[in-house]
Amino acid sequence: MSKRVYITGIGIICAIGNNVEQTLHSLLAERSGIGEITQFPTMHKGIIPMAEVKLTTSDLLKETGNEGRNDLTRTALLGMKAAREALLSAGIHDIRAYRTGLISATTVGGMDRSEGFYASYLADPAKGRMTDVVNHDCGDSTERVASHLGITDFVTTISTACSSSVNAIMFGANLIKTGQLDRVVVGGNDSVTKFTLNGFNTLMILDKTGCHPFDENRAGLTLGEGSAFLVLESEEVVGKEHKPILAEVSGYGNANDAYHQTASSPDGTGAFLAMLKAIAMSGLQPGDIDYVNVHGTGTQNNDLSEGVAMERIFGNDVPPFSSTKGYTGHTLGAAGAVEAVISVLTILHQTIFPNLNFSTPMKELHIRPVVAVTPRDPSLPIRHILSNSFGFGGNNSAIVLSKV
Amino acid sequence: MTNIPVYINGLGNVSPQKTNDSSPPGHRATTFLEEPLSFHASQLRCIDPGYKEFIPAEMIRRMGRIIKMGVAASKLCLRDAGAGDAATGGRAVTPDAIITGTGLGCIEDTEKFLASMIKNNEEFLTPTSFIQSTHNTVAGQIALLLKCHGYNFTYVHRGISFESALTDAMMQVQTGECSNVLVGGSDELTANSFAIMSRLGYWKRKPVETLNLLDDHQRGTIAGEGASFFFLENEMNVYSYARLAGVTTFLKPASPAEIIERLHAFLSSFGLTAGDVGLVILGLNGDPRTDLVYHNLVETDFQNTSLAYFKHLCGEYHTASAFATWLAAMVLKTQSVPEIVRVNFNEPSAPLEHVLIYNHFQDNNHAFILLSRL
Repeated sequence: MSKRVYITGIGIICAIGNNVEQTLHSLLAERSGIGEITQFPTMHKGIIPMAEVKLTTSDLLKETGNEGRNDLTRTALLGMKAAREALLSAGIHDIRAYRTGLISATTVGGMDRSEGFYASYLADPAKGRMTDVVNHDCGDSTERVASHLGITDFVTTISTACSSSVNAIMFGANLIKTGQLDRVVVGGNDSVTKFTLNGFNTLMILDKTGCHPFDENRAGLTLGEGSAFLVLESEEVVGKEHKPILAEVSGYGNANDAYHQTASSPDGTGAFLAMLKAIAMSGLQPGDIDYVNVHGTGTQNNDLSEGVAMERIFGNDVPPFSSTKGYTGHTLGAAGAVEAVISVLTILHQTIFPNLNFSTPMKELHIRPVVAVTPRDPSLPIRHILSNSFGFGGNNSAIVLSKV
Repeated sequence: MTNIPVYINGLGNVSPQKTNDSSPPGHRATTFLEEPLSFHASQLRCIDPGYKEFIPAEMIRRMGRIIKMGVAASKLCLRDAGAGDAATGGRAVTPDAIITGTGLGCIEDTEKFLASMIKNNEEFLTPTSFIQSTHNTVAGQIALLLKCHGYNFTYVHRGISFESALTDAMMQVQTGECSNVLVGGSDELTANSFAIMSRLGYWKRKPVETLNLLDDHQRGTIAGEGASFFFLENEMNVYSYARLAGVTTFLKPASPAEIIERLHAFLSSFGLTAGDVGLVILGLNGDPRTDLVYHNLVETDFQNTSLAYFKHLCGEYHTASAFATWLAAMVLKTQSVPEIVRVNFNEPSAPLEHVLIYNHFQDNNHAFILLSRL
């Protein structure tokens, strides 16, 4: 039984970088990854922006050593790349040395291929290449990542909309705490698809100018894609292997808003409960939180509900906060892990990365986000970070990551 | 982990069989699989439990079928656990957590949105089917209808989606995080998913008499669907069926020997050996290619054990093991094994102490679940 769960490795691929180093560089340079849609033909090209990974699928095949293969989805390739980086970053070479699990998360699964299959199939049920549809389910990308890393002990997938990969971190941490695993690779992957683009577009929550989280004039979110994974290890393994620790997963909370299938409640009940539980588990007081990486999608509804919930938790002392979705877009099932990696970078570099595209504070709230790269004030180290992820179905989650 | 026991204190099962009688316990019109339904078919669909009883009328029309199945099964389960039971004066059964598993999720709504996006070339789309297409819709809708703000998770991993949910649910109870959990598995079959999986060779080409599934030697199996929910609790009470002892999953075993090794390790974690298991419920589905995996394990460990199967009743789907869990709980509570599920002539041990479920999906995802007598 491990009371504490440590992060010993991180990996990421998103619109602002193909690995941790590039991502950090863009974060520091305040360079957004939002741009024109290039990954698939769509009538929304040139009208609605997206935050795509700047590698084509064939680049990704090459990068993951799968050149020439035709049976891998973009979602799975993004996952393989980020998970491999996380494993290397944790200095793990023998995957069998300890009981090792993989908990991944996704919302679209292999939709990037199956939407193409479906177009042919609809025209003629005997048509459509089967290699384009066999990878449709959410478990596919996880099993591809598992076999890429050689993990067979405990492998599963979570899908709770936009909170999916925070829940993967939470479940993985619980498996270590209860002694079922010694270490676990946790995270998520999602690629951009026509399906999600059109889906979110019907809800009229895609900002045509790119997202402006927590801004009075925000007009919606910007879809992104990517993958991020973290390696979690038990106290025992970290002790035995004399591992460098990047951060500690010190608390987490999951709650359901139980208000509406897609909209968040006006008083942010679910968000409030998730944050409250996470802070309570960490043994901290709200005043101990030094920075909040907010969910901050840029929709009218989310940012208001999340802001209200933060004011309920922190009162007049809301800590510095920012949404990093202006950089990465909203990577859906990967978002929680992407933002956990960014939060680890905040701890390691003692620097808050800003909320891009902010100009006017929201009139309902008394708070405004951090808007420029902010290195720590030496007298106020960044010790504890709260990171939020909320999703459809009222699925709200929060984690606390701490400097060790 | 602590040694807090986990009891199954309520069942709700929407399936192709008469398993969803919603009368209070003791007033059921149908008994335990006494009137099994047989079809000449290669697919089985759930019997509609009468959704009006469980879901507000204005919601029924818009809701996808899997959502209705899941909501109905969860409400049947809570009622079975004593919610509003006049005999005991009723008791509060608001779940501390809702955890679900689904292999393919809300596939009907996914198809609907995809089809209209393709046909209308990305124009004139409405959001309802997109909103309902996310995999966590069943758990989200249950929370919404119960006004349940607790822990809420959805697992979506192929043939172990339900087992993953069960693993988490047990952990929530055993760590003392929750005193009870509503946990379930659901999957729906659609005309398109049936057709596409047919092309992948999943189903038998010619229809079979479903109750004689194991007598048919064509490749493939019969498609099915279902929604089965369980109320897990840290205490035994008048509603209890059985104790949920444990669950374990593994991916792509390298050899039959690895499966045997995993089985022995799993049983020994409860201080048991294969000989202590009174009944084994196998995921036999009539596909000679993958049923071999079960036969191998029976050969080495369960030659003299009573064996049962269930996919002739509910068909094959990613969360079919949830149906098997319902079966195991019923068997332990009634201490009887219906004729229709028996595979061999070995008599189950009396009293029946431990029931093991062994299921695999396409010889890829494997799982053991162990239930024990109260």
